[in-house]
Amino acid sequence: MDKFFGPLHVLKDINLEVPRGQVVVVLGPSGSGKSTLCRTINRLEPINSGVIAIDGKDLPAEGKALAGLRADVGMVFQQFNLFAHKTILENVTLGPLKVRRTEKAEAEQRARQLLERVGIANQADKYPAQLSGGQQQRAAIARALAMKPKVMLFDEPTSALDPEMVQEVLDTMTDLAKEGMTMLVVTHEMGFARKAADRVIFMADGEVVEDSTPEDFFKAPKSDRARDFLGKILTH
Amino acid sequence: MDVLLDNSDLYVRGFVTTLQLFALSAVGSLVLGAFLAMLRVSPVPVFRSAGSLYVTVVRNTPLTLVFLFFAFAWNLLEIVRISFFTAAVTALTVYTAAFVCEVFRSGINTVPVGQAEAARAIGLTFGQTLGQIILPQATRSVFPPMVSTLIALLKNTTIAAGFSVFEAGGIRQNLSERGEPVLEGLLWVAAIFVLLVIPLTLLQRALEKRWSVAR
Repeated sequence: MDKFFGPLHVLKDINLEVPRGQVVVVLGPSGSGKSTLCRTINRLEPINSGVIAIDGKDLPAEGKALAGLRADVGMVFQQFNLFAHKTILENVTLGPLKVRRTEKAEAEQRARQLLERVGIANQADKYPAQLSGGQQQRAAIARALAMKPKVMLFDEPTSALDPEMVQEVLDTMTDLAKEGMTMLVVTHEMGFARKAADRVIFMADGEVVEDSTPEDFFKAPKSDRARDFLGKILTH
Repeated sequence: MDVLLDNSDLYVRGFVTTLQLFALSAVGSLVLGAFLAMLRVSPVPVFRSAGSLYVTVVRNTPLTLVFLFFAFAWNLLEIVRISFFTAAVTALTVYTAAFVCEVFRSGINTVPVGQAEAARAIGLTFGQTLGQIILPQATRSVFPPMVSTLIALLKNTTIAAGFSVFEAGGIRQNLSERGEPVLEGLLWVAAIFVLLVIPLTLLQRALEKRWSVAR
């Protein structure tokens, strides 16, 4: 699969297969294409050549079919992107009501369960702006889970958070990983990669440079780029 | 005061027509403008080009020229024959819709792009994303410039008097035929226009309050 931004070749010949239930952490320096990779999977960024398939089905072009596929792919953004004019509960129920056509009572009941699970059940009737960053991000995770997705994508979910809120979001994600959710996580949190990942992918300049287990990657990186990257990150 | 009272028939007839012109072309231009704005933010390139083409061609074309076209040239094309009143409403609608479109579009642009991405990511279609997420948040910032556009429309209706529609802009001419003091008569026309603008301003304030969104 290839991706260009104008003349810039941002993703070069990426070939990746993620089996069901696997937790993949994508690491790499800024500008290495890891966020772009994450966004191509539900076609928030179109690709220029190649195919992306989810659960055996090729990603459709624009239109209803694409919307249907996106409903099966949960996405969590760096900036949370909760709907500012809707309450937390409405944020979580919107997808089930409008896309899945779930009954209102059922959608609300399930939304409350999910909010309970991410630990913000008492914030259900507030607006996003009234919550802390960590709470907003956990609400965003609940919103994605409400669609019962087959896979969850996390695009730097903790990068916009204050340090003391990072842990609560990572805990939520770790729980999710333990429950067997298929996850692709773009992050700079090495602790999460070590603890929760089944597989680490290291990207640099739009290419997958290393693809290994967390133990192998952190103990014995094979490439100079990865050694250099880890050296800068792990020394402090 | 005498000018106003002695000629109240003229004033009533004139302003009733003015309000009719205003109401019909306000509805028309809001509908057409919203449609054009949808074209301009559509994911389909052909629709986007069609929307920009309209705005590029029509926006700030001299309004008299647009009137001239619909009042005199249109019937020569022999598609549908229209009356002077219909011509005036059409001209005002076509002209104002370009501004309404841009007001809607700038409102849409005030909504952070992440809101649309999140909506698409949970599987909402283009129409649902626009209707559920973007427009409700765009609406608030749209009110002030939209009301300005509508006030401009209200005052622009006075051009119709030059194209055989008797409205408030035509009162002066009738007054001078009756030998009434024209300047005084015109000041009354201006005063009534100011009165008509006040409810629009109040409406704007009420709507802004009603639609406020916490960020």
